[in-house]
Amino acid sequence: MQDNQTPDTVLTALAGALASGGVQLVDLTRTLAPDDPTIVMPPEFGQSWPVRIERISRYDGTGPAWYWNNISFGEHTGTHFDAPVHWVTGRDLPRNSVDTMPLEPMLAPACVIDCTEACDKDADHLLTREAILDWEAQHGQIEPDCWVIMRSGWGDKTGAEYANLQADGAHTPGPDAEAIRFLVDDRNIQGFGTETIGTDWGQAGHLSPPYPAHHYLHGAGKYGLQCLTGLEALPPRGAMIFAAPLKIKAGSGSPLRVIALVPGGTD
Amino acid sequence: MTRPVPPKKNPLLRTQVPLLPPQPRSLRGHLLIAAAATGRFALQRCAECGTVAYPARDACSECLSPDLPLTDVPAGGTLLSETTIRNTADPYFRRLTPIRQGLIQSDAGPQIIAFLHRDCTPNGRVTLSLKLDAGGQPVVFAFPEGPAAPDAEEDPILRELTADPLHARILLTDGRHPASVALCKALLGAGAAHIFVGVAERWKPSAQIDALAAVEGVELIDLDPRDERSVMDAAADLAGKIEIVVNSAYHYRPGSLLDSGAALRIKDMMEVGALGLVRLSQTFGAAMMGRGADGDRPALAWVNLLSITAQLAHPAAVTYSAAQAAELSVAQSLRGMLRGGGVRVVNVFHGALDIDWFEQVPPPKLGAGALSKGVVDALKRGLEDVYLGAEAEDFRERMDQNPKEVERSRWT
Amino acid sequence: MTAGPRQAYRDVVLTVPVTVPYQRYSIDAAHWWFGAALRQLSKASGISHKDMDGLCAASFSLAPDSAVALTQHLGMSVRWLDTVPLGGASAVASIRRAARAVESGDADVVACIAADTNHIDSFRQSLSNFSRFAQDAVYPMGAGGANASFAHLTRNYMDRFGATREDFGRICVAQRQNALSNPNALMKKPLTLDAYMAAPPISDPVHLFDCVMPCAGADAFLVMREETARAQGLDFVRLTGSIERHHSFPEDPVQERGGWARDVDDLYAMAGTSPQGIDVLQTYDDYPVIIMLQFEDLGFCGKGEAPEFVRSHDLTFGGDFPQNTGGGQLSTGQAGAAGGHLGVVETMRQLMGQAGDRQVSEARRGMALGFGMINYERGLSSGAVILEASA
Repeated sequence: MQDNQTPDTVLTALAGALASGGVQLVDLTRTLAPDDPTIVMPPEFGQSWPVRIERISRYDGTGPAWYWNNISFGEHTGTHFDAPVHWVTGRDLPRNSVDTMPLEPMLAPACVIDCTEACDKDADHLLTREAILDWEAQHGQIEPDCWVIMRSGWGDKTGAEYANLQADGAHTPGPDAEAIRFLVDDRNIQGFGTETIGTDWGQAGHLSPPYPAHHYLHGAGKYGLQCLTGLEALPPRGAMIFAAPLKIKAGSGSPLRVIALVPGGTD
Repeated sequence: MTRPVPPKKNPLLRTQVPLLPPQPRSLRGHLLIAAAATGRFALQRCAECGTVAYPARDACSECLSPDLPLTDVPAGGTLLSETTIRNTADPYFRRLTPIRQGLIQSDAGPQIIAFLHRDCTPNGRVTLSLKLDAGGQPVVFAFPEGPAAPDAEEDPILRELTADPLHARILLTDGRHPASVALCKALLGAGAAHIFVGVAERWKPSAQIDALAAVEGVELIDLDPRDERSVMDAAADLAGKIEIVVNSAYHYRPGSLLDSGAALRIKDMMEVGALGLVRLSQTFGAAMMGRGADGDRPALAWVNLLSITAQLAHPAAVTYSAAQAAELSVAQSLRGMLRGGGVRVVNVFHGALDIDWFEQVPPPKLGAGALSKGVVDALKRGLEDVYLGAEAEDFRERMDQNPKEVERSRWT
Repeated sequence: MTAGPRQAYRDVVLTVPVTVPYQRYSIDAAHWWFGAALRQLSKASGISHKDMDGLCAASFSLAPDSAVALTQHLGMSVRWLDTVPLGGASAVASIRRAARAVESGDADVVACIAADTNHIDSFRQSLSNFSRFAQDAVYPMGAGGANASFAHLTRNYMDRFGATREDFGRICVAQRQNALSNPNALMKKPLTLDAYMAAPPISDPVHLFDCVMPCAGADAFLVMREETARAQGLDFVRLTGSIERHHSFPEDPVQERGGWARDVDDLYAMAGTSPQGIDVLQTYDDYPVIIMLQFEDLGFCGKGEAPEFVRSHDLTFGGDFPQNTGGGQLSTGQAGAAGGHLGVVETMRQLMGQAGDRQVSEARRGMALGFGMINYERGLSSGAVILEASA
């Protein structure tokens, strides 16, 4: 906050900036649709429901003047938010579910690490600590309590290409264990975001510990954001992300609308 | 298989509406449905004096015993006389005249009036069969004794009593059924014109789906019976040109009643099975019902692949059993509905399939080939309830005898 | 069990043959036809319907009513009542029941009425509901109705005894010739054997002119003691013999004889006559093959000899073997169950000298036959009466 601004002038200025286009809103959300890939567990485990939309009525005999649907989905469907209680490492933390978590993290700055070039070449690309340090060398050190978002370009994909399941599991980019430990322990970020189906690497079950992003983030009370899209509109730094999960009782996560506030053009 | 491919439909002509043959039967007359549905030739036989009773009776005309259980009897007979019905007051049969009808001295005893296959010879030997007519009621059809002629299935009345897949356009609803490749090959082998195979969540790779795509005559389509819109979209394209639906939705998961998540599992399986069948019925079923008499290519049949656990819960698969029971219930309703359109619903019951989920189950298990062969056979013979494989047959026989015994022994 | 001697009929007479002219279709209910017939009976006899104390009704189209409902509907108060649902055998059965009723004094005047209506779809409906066995085991196999059932009997008879279509045709042609002198007959055009042979097949070997035409109509007469008839000044015919049999010869794989064959000796013994004593014959003619069975079973010729019999006899009212002198049902029309009464009223008219242009000369003794109820694959009911002129 600059010295000449009081809280109410900040909001007034924001309103003006939004109206003038000085600050723009960018939708980072995939459409909740039945055939959008979701996390797949081995068949002997329980499965998350994909999105289902069932019509209650559409100006017809079951409701002459109104249209509405019943919807159902797992908490981790579509563009969604992971709360610490999602993972066993975060199970005993205070305020670890979407209904009890503090509000502040729901509006936070974002650092966007562009890995698209590497991910284009290698679906199994791993984001490393070194890569993060390289990014910091260019854009400055990552501040505490921000979102770090790994931009892989995956959000443009759909269907099989998006899930990229092979006989040995999913092949999608993600962070390695060291990178996540660095962000959590040394940078104290509030959460990690990805465009892929999880915050973890596709083959993260073979890392140590398995699923390190889930393991370390949630063990430290941090959050996850996944299945993001439209990240090309975000600058490496300077964007704010509004990401408020549904207030589901004892919920481990929730689909949500993720909106970024980004600096607009100069005009 | 000599019938040529039917010509494309003339869009200027009215689609014939389905009509049904005369449906009323007496209370006892309904006994014969059980035999016809499973392809047996069984009539009432007096338990006291052995006299075979036909038409269905409430008392034995020899000894007046009321104990006349349905019993398998010899199917042979000799043609006493015959007529060719060229004129009838019944609108359904008017479309089918001339109709050959015989008066037959059955080897079992009674004289029997039956439809005559066109290859029957005057005063010749015949083999009698009980069939279900287009409305699902029992009728008697006589084949000539001995091996069938190459195009025997082309008899026009027999075609009304069966659902031969020759030239049919088929929808296999779930390409992920473990027997889907074998099913497609068997149906194509029986002359099916084209098979649309539904695949849900195409983004999940599968060697089986790839293998299906490589079968000539098979076309993969997006179809997720769990998703209302997906079913509606597929039906919008295809519902008007499907003659046979093979509902192969398959989602087996073991589990006991006390497993955490049991209710959720049932719900998941019901989404695929029972509720999927509801969605398919509302779209494809409704369209087929209107096409039961659609010229050279009438809608013929709807096959549901079901487990015998639909009829009796299995302790190793409690949740699956519950979901299967629900699906069977929907299938019965679908049968009731489609009967109005002259379209048969064939419920194929099987035991453990020969797949990895049943590794621990000792043989006999049902292989994909036998399942597929059984489905084609059921269609060609016009059966309604089919028990495939030794386990399912054993189940049916024991259930016929004493369902409580089966229930107790299964749960000890 | 041995059959004891049957008691002869003591002074049982039939009077007042009436016919409500047949119509191909009627928009009226069967009750209308009953009413019209009863009115004619009352007018012709001079006995008010309120004074008739017996009613015997036969109909296939009276549902949901039976005879009892007719008593209220038509204002009768009877002390003897019967419904005879025996199709073509109803007339014979009605006479037999009524005869014993008047003989014993249970009733004095019994109105025997057969009446049926024929709406445009009632034929199909009555076929499909005819009997439980037909519903279960005949009609679903092609809905051929009676045509198909009699086709089997005809085919078998042709195969067994060498009858040809021409033989059946001779009967039909003769009956049509008879019908041309019957103002009540629906068929008014002459029929040649060539036209018969050229007719379209209906259910092979049954062709168009082998089939009766369903129609609406009513026939009726009164049964009473001779003293009652004399007191009323009514002309009458005497009942001298009758038989009735249901489900005869189940051992025959295909029906080639009716119940008459079992009881024929009884019939002639009771009436004190023989086939040679019959001056005029009304067979039951739903299909010509059944006429042949009757010629044989009633002893006019031997079994299997009917084809030769029809080739060597003139069956018209002026011929050497007057048969179905009003044209029979084949040329008059078949009014449902009423068809069974047609032969009775025609016999009465012949014996009473009321047959007009078609009167058989010297008709003193006549026989009327009944046959009906193809319950499954054969006709179950058969019957016969012998009637004699009063003077």
